[in-house]
Amino acid sequence: MFTVPDRLKPTYDVVIIGAGGHGLAAAYYLARDHGIHNVAVLERGYIGGGNTGRNTTIIRSNYLTPEGVKFYDESVRLWQDLAQDFDLNLFYSTRGHFTLAHTDASMRTMRWRAEVNKHYGVDSEVVDAQEVQRAVPMMDIRCGGHSPPVLGALYHAPGAIARHDAVAWGYGRGADRRGVEIHQNTEVLSIDTEECESGRAVVGVTTNRGRISTRKVLCAVAGSTPGMLKMVGLSSPIYIHPLQAMVSEPVKPWLDPVIVSGSLHVYVSQSARGELVMGASLDPYELHSTRSTLDFVESLSAHMLELFPFLSDVRVMRQWAGMADMTPDFSPIMGLTPVAGFYIDAGWGTWGFKATPVCGKTMSHTVATNRTHPLIDAFGYDRFSRFELTGEKGAASVGH
Amino acid sequence: MKILVCPINGPRSISEFAYGGEIRPMPDPATTSDGDWARYVFNRSGVAGVKLEWWCHTASGVWFVAERDTATDTVLQTYLYDAAGRS
Ligand SMILES: Cc1cc2nc3c(=O)[nH]c(=O)nc-3n(C[C@H](O)[C@H](O)[C@H](O)COP(=O)(O)OP(=O)(O)OC[C@H]3O[C@@H](n4cnc5c(N)ncnc54)[C@H](O)[C@@H]3O)c2cc1C
Repeated sequence: MFTVPDRLKPTYDVVIIGAGGHGLAAAYYLARDHGIHNVAVLERGYIGGGNTGRNTTIIRSNYLTPEGVKFYDESVRLWQDLAQDFDLNLFYSTRGHFTLAHTDASMRTMRWRAEVNKHYGVDSEVVDAQEVQRAVPMMDIRCGGHSPPVLGALYHAPGAIARHDAVAWGYGRGADRRGVEIHQNTEVLSIDTEECESGRAVVGVTTNRGRISTRKVLCAVAGSTPGMLKMVGLSSPIYIHPLQAMVSEPVKPWLDPVIVSGSLHVYVSQSARGELVMGASLDPYELHSTRSTLDFVESLSAHMLELFPFLSDVRVMRQWAGMADMTPDFSPIMGLTPVAGFYIDAGWGTWGFKATPVCGKTMSHTVATNRTHPLIDAFGYDRFSRFELTGEKGAASVGH
Repeated sequence: MKILVCPINGPRSISEFAYGGEIRPMPDPATTSDGDWARYVFNRSGVAGVKLEWWCHTASGVWFVAERDTATDTVLQTYLYDAAGRS
């Protein structure tokens, strides 16, 4: 599927660190839309082996801030013809997405989100508990009497899931065919900078396979971002917590939409193979590791059973974790940085899979022109120093 | 990490504790610059390593310091704030 280049060239126009969906998408659009083909994507492990291949693949655009809604809506639009573009089945499946509300306060947030969404043309509405029950007859909307019952939900018809590996492969193969080199098992050890008029500028990258000179580096390493920023002398608000997930054994199709409950810390969809793909909130403290825990399976299973008691005999097949790069306002950090030629696409935490296409589009534009793409203006590295946050917590705090 | 040692209550299950984040010195708000204040409010030392952290034994309300390696999740030691000679 991919060329395996045998050695690094001494110099590239652009070096992208991280062959997750984001890095590969940026490479793809740099080659396809901006005519920049002399690009290397450097990956410490294997293509899609980071958060891209560990995520629960929920795609939606019903966010809370105008900036977020416009950005994610563009991503949902880009998803639509991606499979044709790649000539690869992404198993993109539009399911509809319910965010359940169990309290009056969360009904209020749902109403708020629905109004912002509608204003920007996103299909989003508040529905009552009966409508949820009609869509998912197997749900116990009383939550077994253990937790507050379902009062209603935010319904988002475009909500979807897709096959995560295929997304990385599609972007990777598309970039590869356009001359981009993807180097797996290639770890960036340091980023070389030198003095310039505006401060410091990127001049190269040192890897475990040798040194490369380049004037432009795009950093798309999700859970490894703080270490990468340290290499160029930048600090940031990004902090790392594990995010875990698990799947059940395959069962007959019974769950069409994606179901999310912030109060119960549950989100779940049923894959094309019949497995229930389930996730919850972040682990409670900082950790740079992808270990999984029994605590997680126990508490997520307990909450699943409050909504779906009939699943008590269904077995959990696998569990895993990724390292989520969290920000204080639940928005990403994207664009230029104080180091000339060093571009960042990070702070994607628990919600960046859906944004893979639009991140590729906007970051390739930003790298090619050295100008921030207008869609990512509100996500700049420097927003914190101006106390201008883009608060998405109301729509992003349950990881997905 | 399954067990954490509370300096008052001894070894207890991790489910009894709450994480309070890294211990970070606060600049004097009256004299510090806007930039330094913003860095204090938002920035974190996100790189893995041994860090001094606040933890609370929630059952008894004891706040204490843990020296923890955030790469391996091993706790080197825990102690009460005063015991470290810091004020
Ligand atoms: C359990 C879980 C569930 C999630 N669920 C959802 C969801 O439902 N919907 C959603 O939208 N998002 C979800 N997310 C978030 C989403 O997975 C991420 O935000 C997104 O995949 C990030 O993609 P990326 O390409 O930026 O990073 P990654 O896919 O992590 O890629 C970064 C790559 O950089 C490489 N790298 C790191 N350091 C170096 C180095 N020094 N040199 C070279 N390479 C390096 C890594 O090996 C890695 O392959 C979830 C995340 C997790 C962990």
